[in-house]
Amino acid sequence: MARDWSDLFILDGGQAAPQPEAAEAEGGRVGGRFRRLRENLRKTRQALAAEVQATLFEDPNEETWERLEEALIYADVGARTTAQVVSALEQEATAGTVSGGPELTERLVELLAEKARTGEDRIDLRAKPTVVLIAGVNGTGKTTTAGKLAWHLRQQLGLSVVLGAADTFRAAGIEQLEVWAQRAGVAFVSRAAGSDPGAVAYDAVDAGRRGGADVVLIDTAGRLHTQHELMAELAKVSRVVAKQIPQAPHETLLTVDATTGQNGLRQARLFSEAVPVSGLVLTKLDGTAKGGIALAIAQELGLPVKLIGVGEGLEDLRPFEPTEFARALVAG
Amino acid sequence: MFDSLADKLQGALQDVRGRGTLTESDVAAAMREIRLALLEADVNFKVVKEFTAAVRERALGADVIGRLNPGQQVVKIVSDELTELMGGAARDLSFSPRPPTIVVMAGLQGSGKTTATAKLARYLREQHSSSVAVAACDVQRPAAVDQLIKVGRQAGAEVYEQGTDRDPVEIAKWARDRAIAEGKDVLIIDTSGRLHIDRELMDELKRIKQTVKPHAVLLVVDAMTGQDAVSVAEQFGEVTGFDGVVMTKLDGDARGGAALSVKAITGKPILFASTGEKLDQFERFHPDRMAQRILGMGDVMTLIEKAQGAYDEREAAQLERKLRKAQFGLDDFLEQLRQVRRLGPLQSLLGLIPGVDKELRNVRVDERDFDRIQAIILSMTPQERRHPELINGSRRVRIARGSGTNVQAVKALIKQFEQMRKLMRQVSQGRMPDLGALLGQAGAPTRLGR
Repeated sequence: MARDWSDLFILDGGQAAPQPEAAEAEGGRVGGRFRRLRENLRKTRQALAAEVQATLFEDPNEETWERLEEALIYADVGARTTAQVVSALEQEATAGTVSGGPELTERLVELLAEKARTGEDRIDLRAKPTVVLIAGVNGTGKTTTAGKLAWHLRQQLGLSVVLGAADTFRAAGIEQLEVWAQRAGVAFVSRAAGSDPGAVAYDAVDAGRRGGADVVLIDTAGRLHTQHELMAELAKVSRVVAKQIPQAPHETLLTVDATTGQNGLRQARLFSEAVPVSGLVLTKLDGTAKGGIALAIAQELGLPVKLIGVGEGLEDLRPFEPTEFARALVAG
Repeated sequence: MFDSLADKLQGALQDVRGRGTLTESDVAAAMREIRLALLEADVNFKVVKEFTAAVRERALGADVIGRLNPGQQVVKIVSDELTELMGGAARDLSFSPRPPTIVVMAGLQGSGKTTATAKLARYLREQHSSSVAVAACDVQRPAAVDQLIKVGRQAGAEVYEQGTDRDPVEIAKWARDRAIAEGKDVLIIDTSGRLHIDRELMDELKRIKQTVKPHAVLLVVDAMTGQDAVSVAEQFGEVTGFDGVVMTKLDGDARGGAALSVKAITGKPILFASTGEKLDQFERFHPDRMAQRILGMGDVMTLIEKAQGAYDEREAAQLERKLRKAQFGLDDFLEQLRQVRRLGPLQSLLGLIPGVDKELRNVRVDERDFDRIQAIILSMTPQERRHPELINGSRRVRIARGSGTNVQAVKALIKQFEQMRKLMRQVSQGRMPDLGALLGQAGAPTRLGR
């Protein structure tokens, strides 16, 4: 059972987010094409994954654990977390507390989901305005995430949103976000290309406060976590925002591409050193990559995944659900 | 690039290296470490299996070569196998005898196609003096066309675009016709990012290929990609086929196992490496050197090539004369610094030098230190630059003020310079300098470690 959007956000005075049915109807305009695409993708994915699942737990022996290890390694879970999960399951199987294919599979999913479940995995929107900073490595989907999140907050929750284009570096980065702002129907704040990103962040928060916006979303430039100066620049953006509103940014989301391997852990660690990362957006989960690195990040750094990206459409951003994610890790 | 993998493998082979004989359990232990290191480096697990099996077989096969001891032999076997896996010698893009040579760039979203398109255009223009056009066929991502217009022009390429309303296949066809009419040497077609399992978009890519009949399709792969790199490469290979790979974001700290995997599974060569955000940070991929580098032997060839490109031989000869006559002054010191900086950011150079260990490679080089040194020297009179011993207290204050630094910084620079000059005199007089003593008292120049 997928987690609803209403479970993701903490809103004023217990005000519930609109029901998913209503959301579905509103999103229907763009839904048709993407639904078809998703079904299309699902079929291919199942075909690719079939070989891993077939004989996994029929008669547990040395080879079973080895193949399970391979399946998790293949999902980018990483050698360390994989070893922990597999040995835990093997112990329980040897002790006889779990037995049989279906039971072992369920227990495996549970173990994986436990690892994914960490920290505060909701987004608190009670502050007015709530400032959300979006950061990440180049090409991980920051701008797309900012656009989709803005659309959801505006169109589904009816909140007023300011989108700030602090990616002033990439050629046409500002234009790209502006297109998203138009689609989402939200206010857009930018400066000329090459401007100081801190100044754009300042303007965006300022506009949000003056206009009484509910949420200010700030998109930042992609940067490799090893680029020391650019990480310092990001820290400055965060500080600029904190000067205006002491608790801000209330939320700092790190986008991680699901196709990323073990380097994802380095990304999360170094970004966390520069800015107060509060959660991940695991993007591009609509491909064949499983995004297992999110488990290693949750395990090692205690950072929860809050949102997942499953496509390029406006409604292809979803709340993260650990059990569903764990099931997909092993089932394909 | 692959620093961490080099460290791990060195760790795994340290014992083997130090001993004369090699037992079966030695080999087994080394293989376990290598397996783990390769998995942590995101090498596909199937490739890891094959690789360790091949190394083990050759290591136990005991075909003793020359004077190598068994430990050295394992290192050599790993190196050989790795080189082979990475694809041997560097390969270049092959040009069509009848221009334009048409290249189609393909890959997942966010792998860096648009940037790589502009970089390749610049590379071909510089290296082969080609007249290059780039075509904007990414009509999916908002503002992708604008991005290509900007970076394409920066790269000195002509940008062919028709906005985002036309079918990409039509745009590609139009661009090809125009490149022929305008007598371009090369046409590079940038396409939308697409998932390898997205039938609709993969079919579109196939139609672009059928329509323009490119001489090469290049798959753009992010160096940080995990295990999935293999299924991406397999699917692209199956549906549209590709002829080579461009690895991007190699300037990060990803261990880059994806490079090994893709090559091993598809057999397609990795042609280019993209190593930074600037357009000139793009080079031919050298698989043989990369293997040496993985083993921690450093990438000497790349360093030498870089140095040759940046170093002026005439200036070098002049410098040598000055050294002999002990006329080396602060002006020359500054010139030396400039020469070094022309090689590229010092941080990336450190990784290329053999014997530079992990600690030093992780040292953060503040390039602004160089700017400060430059400012200090430029604030001196020509007389002071030739004879730093003239610089007294009041001159120091003036120089500090002029360069926006402080007296301590000026003092430190002059002290460092004097030590360097002493060292150089010893070298030019044919004596071995006392390096230990020098490092002991002076520390690393330009505040490297902080």
